[in-house]
Amino acid sequence: MPTFDQSKIRNFCIIAHIDHGKSTLADRIIERTGLLTLREMQDQVLDNMDLERERGITIKAQAVRTVYKARDGQEYIFNLIDTPGHVDFNYEVSRSLAACDGAILVVDAAQGIEAQTLANVYLALDHDLDVFPVINKIDLPSAEPDRVAAEIEDVIGIEAADAPRISAKTGDNVDAVLEEIVKKVPAPQGDPEAPLKALVFDSLYDSYKGVIVFCRIKEGTVRRGTPILMMATKAQAQVVEVGYFGAGQFIPCDELSAGMVGYLTASIKNVKDARVGDTVTDSSRPCAKPLPGYKKVTSMVYCGLYPADGAKYNDLRDALEKLQLNDASLFFEPETSVALGFGFRCGFLGLLHLEIIQERLEREYDLDLVTTAPGVIYKVHQKDGTVTELTNPTNLPDPSEIDFMEEPIVTSQIMVTTEFVGPIMTLCQERRGRYLGMEYMEETRALLRYDLPLGEIIYDFFDALKSRSRGYASFDYEMKGYEQAQLVKLDILVNHEEIDALSFIVHADSAYERGRKMCEKLKEEIPRHLFEIPIQAAIGSKIIARETVKAMRKDVLAKCYGGDITRKRKLLEKQKEGKKRMRQIGSVEIPQKAFMSVLKLDEE
Amino acid sequence: MQAKRRFWRHHSEYRHRRSGVYTGLTMSEKVLEIYLHIPFCERKCAYCDFLSFPAPYDKQEAYVGKLVSEIKCAGELYSDWRVATVYIGGGTPSILPPGAIAKLLYAVKTSFVMQTDAEITMEANPGVMGPEHLQAYRKAGVNRLSMGLQSTDDWELKQLGRLHTYEGFLNCYQSVKEAGFDNVNVDLMFGLPGQTLLTWKNTLKRLALLRPEHLSVYGLSLEEGTQFHAIYTQYPHLLPGEDEERAMYWMAHDYLQEHGYERYEISNFARKGYQCRHNLGYWTDVPYLGLGLGAASYMEGCRWHNIKDLDRYLEITNIGELREDSEPLDEHAHMEEFMFLGLRLDRGVSGYEFLLKFGKNMWDVYGEAIKELEKEELVEIHSPDMRLTRKGVDVSNYVFEKFLFDKE
Repeated sequence: MPTFDQSKIRNFCIIAHIDHGKSTLADRIIERTGLLTLREMQDQVLDNMDLERERGITIKAQAVRTVYKARDGQEYIFNLIDTPGHVDFNYEVSRSLAACDGAILVVDAAQGIEAQTLANVYLALDHDLDVFPVINKIDLPSAEPDRVAAEIEDVIGIEAADAPRISAKTGDNVDAVLEEIVKKVPAPQGDPEAPLKALVFDSLYDSYKGVIVFCRIKEGTVRRGTPILMMATKAQAQVVEVGYFGAGQFIPCDELSAGMVGYLTASIKNVKDARVGDTVTDSSRPCAKPLPGYKKVTSMVYCGLYPADGAKYNDLRDALEKLQLNDASLFFEPETSVALGFGFRCGFLGLLHLEIIQERLEREYDLDLVTTAPGVIYKVHQKDGTVTELTNPTNLPDPSEIDFMEEPIVTSQIMVTTEFVGPIMTLCQERRGRYLGMEYMEETRALLRYDLPLGEIIYDFFDALKSRSRGYASFDYEMKGYEQAQLVKLDILVNHEEIDALSFIVHADSAYERGRKMCEKLKEEIPRHLFEIPIQAAIGSKIIARETVKAMRKDVLAKCYGGDITRKRKLLEKQKEGKKRMRQIGSVEIPQKAFMSVLKLDEE
Repeated sequence: MQAKRRFWRHHSEYRHRRSGVYTGLTMSEKVLEIYLHIPFCERKCAYCDFLSFPAPYDKQEAYVGKLVSEIKCAGELYSDWRVATVYIGGGTPSILPPGAIAKLLYAVKTSFVMQTDAEITMEANPGVMGPEHLQAYRKAGVNRLSMGLQSTDDWELKQLGRLHTYEGFLNCYQSVKEAGFDNVNVDLMFGLPGQTLLTWKNTLKRLALLRPEHLSVYGLSLEEGTQFHAIYTQYPHLLPGEDEERAMYWMAHDYLQEHGYERYEISNFARKGYQCRHNLGYWTDVPYLGLGLGAASYMEGCRWHNIKDLDRYLEITNIGELREDSEPLDEHAHMEEFMFLGLRLDRGVSGYEFLLKFGKNMWDVYGEAIKELEKEELVEIHSPDMRLTRKGVDVSNYVFEKFLFDKE
């Protein structure tokens, strides 16, 4: 492979609000640059996971390298890094951005700027990237490219008058984007002869090659046989293979030099040795200082994950370890629950992240899981002066020992059409929001700013927002800090036994409401037994809500008509099968889905 | 105990006859039951999920012809079996002209070897049968008639979508008796929309006065796909509550017992000597051959049913192609059925029979489940036998489920 002139390399990513057509544009770029024939083209090449294709979202950042012959007659190497769009995955976005020199900002010509558009632009600017806008979906009848261009200039303050107006779906004017990439994304810099300095921006575990490290070479050159050192983890290894990214495949090459994006393998077995954000250097000629890694991600949401079948505990641990390799934002540690047995306390970026991890564990690793109520990290100040970070409500010290508690607060931006400002403000009030202000972006749209307790938005805030604005609101938030709050632990008792997996921390003002709803929901979920089952919600020893599952009085098979015994057997088998998916707690059988369904209390 | 001993006497008498001693035949003879399905009715009732529908007369005629040839084929296949009972069910078999019934039974009699005292039941709609129909059925060989009355309250009948009235039934019942039928069943239902303990008691009283030989008493169940299911799962308060429904059942149980009826199975009551032999067969592991559209069979340890599409049924000429979902029972499945069918009977299941059939001790196989159920007062043990308690009858599904093996 001929060594490319650094000035002919373009490392860039595409940023956008969810659904504005980022992945579709990525596909078009790959197709136009001739990497894939049309026949090989599958929708959304970069979304590898089944889950990503089904949900139509990008979860993992993905990279691909293509060669583009520009109008000036020169060939350029494009390294395109696809990024996720959802607020939960800011971390992944930030990783990808660190490997790039420029970013294409995709904005929907009908919807205009959304909350996520802003958030991603700010992230890109934080990473010193050159951002240039592209207005997508001009094929839509409701497209208003001129209005959106003006909005980009007004709101974001970047030049947009001559932004390419394209349709990634139909392929219209995509060539203009390719030319813009050549012109507007700066070529990488860095000395290929300097000591090696490479940024790990992602990694992947392969059972044959070991850990595959995705990296951006900032300085120096790496080739087969280079002895490498991971500067943060101090792990050492010898490079076995280097290469770049084809579409869905790894293509080995001789060397990667400054400015290039590619991968390396070095028989790294332990996933923890190749941490994302670490700097790779040559152990025989190390660089002076590591790159500034990314800021450490902090898990926002915690919950317990338990295997439905206790014997699968080790399988669950292995699966979590493998997922963690590719998803540094996933945190887990072992814990035990009286109700659910052995499992893990896991930390996530948000509720979508939680759902996605859960779904991946179930699908890719074939595990049946029980999830406990997600919660945030509370700071508990005890009277003796100690401060503990509480991730599992069960560990809350006795109330008599607690001085006060603090909960995490986020600053949020909600973009909404003006007609829905009222309902959205009501929603924020209900969630104990503190109004910070409102700006009109243009006549019909407003940007609302609120401080909200994180604990109030992790459940279903996003859904509520969508339903109260008929889908028009978009939302973004960032951590602000901790504030003192009147918090209590709510316990659930089924048949007078406390179910530890259902305990959660809640604001004192909404404890009664939540307790009542929990009991109602559990009443629906717990099947009738031969005896009466009281379901109670309690704060300490005080019962604040109660429901009762009446005793089963009747469960009779109708007549065995015409000797169709097989059908009756099937009915009995189905009934028995249903019971298998239950947890025996004391003498009561609780369906596993009850643990999850109590989270969705706020349906209107 | 008294009741139980009585049952055993009837039951052993039945087995005795089946074994051939009674009829003077050899002991080694194999006995089966035949079920003939007539999938036609005048109008589909709103609660009914049986394989039954209205059809034009020529379809019905073609069907009878086809069923006759299926009977003949089956007769050749099972030539070394003897027929203990025949049951013509539906649908509404009485919708067919009497000649059709005669044709079907003639085919059975000429294709199979019949026991001389074979029980031959036919289901009939209490609506429109005149004396001439009834005479024809008797002549064709029908010796037991089952009448789908359901209720004696005309308003309740209307709610069910039945076409007859109580008075119509009475006239019909009169003709049935005059025609000489001395073994008649009447079907009753409880738990109906708008029904109360009072109207139900009234129905029971009227039936106790008429004194049919046999009563089948079913609780209404909402079967998926029926109009009733659609309506009453949405408005469950229009049906009697669960407690009231159970009270209706036990009212029937106690009242009928006082008036000379023994409950021998969860839903079946009979005067002494008139238990339905055909139905008993279903619960006691007797082989049966279901012929006609969708009919279920259990022969030589294998269960299957016929196809359920009428047009295909009429086209197929090879009897083998009619069969669907053939499922040979392994030992576990066989034990499960032995338990959950046997427990429907008032006498329950016998540990001796279990040992004879499977060569295993029932307590070794099911000891844990039985102990648990006894603790919950759902079964009572009279070693080596076991039967449901009253409470056990109410939640019999829950009990039966405990006898299923874990599947992997």
